[in-house]
Amino acid sequence: MTHDTARISPLLTALILSVLCGLLIGLGSAVGSTGFESWRNAMQDNTAWQIVWEIRLPRSVGACAAGALLGLAGALAQGLFRNPLADPYLLGSAAGASLGVATSLALLGGSPFATEWMVRMGLTGAAFVGAVLAVVLTLVLARGVQHTLRLLLAGVIVGVVFSAMASLVALIRPEVQQAMQGFLLGSTSFVGWSACVLMLSVLAFSMLISYALSRVLDALTLGESTALSLGLPLLPARVALVSVLALATGTAVAQTGLVAFVGLAAPHLVRSWVKTRHHWIVVLSALMGGVLLSGADLLARMLLSPQELPVGVLTAVLGGGYLLWLMYRSQVARAA
Amino acid sequence: MHKCFITLSTILLISGGVQAEVLRDDRQVEAIFAHPPQRIVSLLPSLTETVCALGQCQKLVGVDRYSNWPEGISKLPQMGGGIDPNIESVVATKPDLVLMGTSARGADRLTALGLKVLSLEPRSHADVQRVIATIAQALHVPRQESDRLWRQIDAAVNAAAQSIPPHAKGQSVYFEVSRAPYGASESSFIGETLRRLGARNILPASMGPFPKINPEFVVRTSPDIIMVGDSGVAEMATRPGWQNLPAIRTQRVCFFNAKESEVLARPGPRMDEAARLMAKCLIDKAKGKS
Repeated sequence: MTHDTARISPLLTALILSVLCGLLIGLGSAVGSTGFESWRNAMQDNTAWQIVWEIRLPRSVGACAAGALLGLAGALAQGLFRNPLADPYLLGSAAGASLGVATSLALLGGSPFATEWMVRMGLTGAAFVGAVLAVVLTLVLARGVQHTLRLLLAGVIVGVVFSAMASLVALIRPEVQQAMQGFLLGSTSFVGWSACVLMLSVLAFSMLISYALSRVLDALTLGESTALSLGLPLLPARVALVSVLALATGTAVAQTGLVAFVGLAAPHLVRSWVKTRHHWIVVLSALMGGVLLSGADLLARMLLSPQELPVGVLTAVLGGGYLLWLMYRSQVARAA
Repeated sequence: MHKCFITLSTILLISGGVQAEVLRDDRQVEAIFAHPPQRIVSLLPSLTETVCALGQCQKLVGVDRYSNWPEGISKLPQMGGGIDPNIESVVATKPDLVLMGTSARGADRLTALGLKVLSLEPRSHADVQRVIATIAQALHVPRQESDRLWRQIDAAVNAAAQSIPPHAKGQSVYFEVSRAPYGASESSFIGETLRRLGARNILPASMGPFPKINPEFVVRTSPDIIMVGDSGVAEMATRPGWQNLPAIRTQRVCFFNAKESEVLARPGPRMDEAARLMAKCLIDKAKGKS
């Protein structure tokens, strides 16, 4: 069943995706509100150099890294929960991050003098803390990671409660609503080199652990009891994978806001291309996520230039459109 | 020796001719202005208006997409909005000062890219006075001029208040800022103006500046006059119970068009114009007159 549906080998897919990622980063450094000009003048003109090197390049690399984090987190979530609908935000991290941002915005707007530490931590820090807190709360509510269903349910509940609390904060201080909107749509335009380094190191760390534990995900696809009977260290592996999931999602969300759909779509796209085991799926999903988000980022900058579209809108349209087309095609193929 | 020389030259630089201005913005970040900035990007409409009111409009090289007053600035390149400033085009115009609100994102990013950023967010009458003074100081506009600008605005607001006849004073007012509905309370910028005009706001300061209210609250308090942007006109009377509100039955509702709504909503140098708009409403819709 596996070999007749496989169309491209995993290695080739990885190569194609890496090349695409590189191409998109290159293009990303060339395209922006000021067009190709800056790129050509980068050698002579200081400002043009700054635009290419300090704004476009980190932003393109950052989009790729954030997309990869989300793609990896999506693959982990879908593998861990054995559910194709699972996405990285499942454990409540998205809602937690929004609550963190809403709270810090509200406090910032209210009394500028009492919250100097908040300024220093910034929205990024607040989002990360919120995301991690939400996941911890989910784990506490689910009393650990053993029961998939309980974990899912706890995640959904925490998500709903935290986003309700974020709405409440926005209601009490309506002036934060605009800024919240920006965060909810996701944007890569504030990513600098330090954020890139942070995301890439978290990505490398998460990838290492996910790759090492991919056998557990493979075993889980056969069912929990089978996985246990294979003698795999299921509990510690799950704890590690859930932590990686939370860390990867929290880092991406903190830097780029709630970018929709990359985490859900990337693993699906990978599986529609190649049939393989999880050690490839995690790698390919990360690459696919990177390609998706940097592609969307590029389009977001180009379509309305010199204005910009929120990148989250485009990822949903691009990834969602492709998935719909895939579903339609497979239905047609099955009917024929 | 070397260090000594630098210190000495700094002193000479400061004492010779221009005085360096050290300013603290609403984020509590300090900025030093040794020379008056010549290329300014403003990413908040009220700050844009303040720069122009100080007679420094010609120094603006870029604005956000919502800045639209005075007329002349419509020719300037637009660089995104408060929530999505276009970092790249701001840097590309090489400004030596960026003015933006504290709720705007990207201030940190622009600072990290080596630009001088002043984050200022006027939210009250006192804020408007402070922001005018701060911007004037940053632009090396003499203190007397910024003081005079504020006195003019302040006096014009007082004049608007004096133009209201006694029978039009003390009316209760509900000011709706958006259709959710959000109202402007006593503690908001709009509420401050209303108080100076002698109107009674039905929303107390304890509710916060722009509370989301239960439509029932308005029915219960039954304001004499309702002020609202004209986008909310048709919907207002269809709210349950509202068609029987005395203010709606007797048409004591003021609709402000988009331009007027902008004047009312921006805490900036046009707050005297806003006061006149509200005063006119209070006079036109006063109870004694029909």
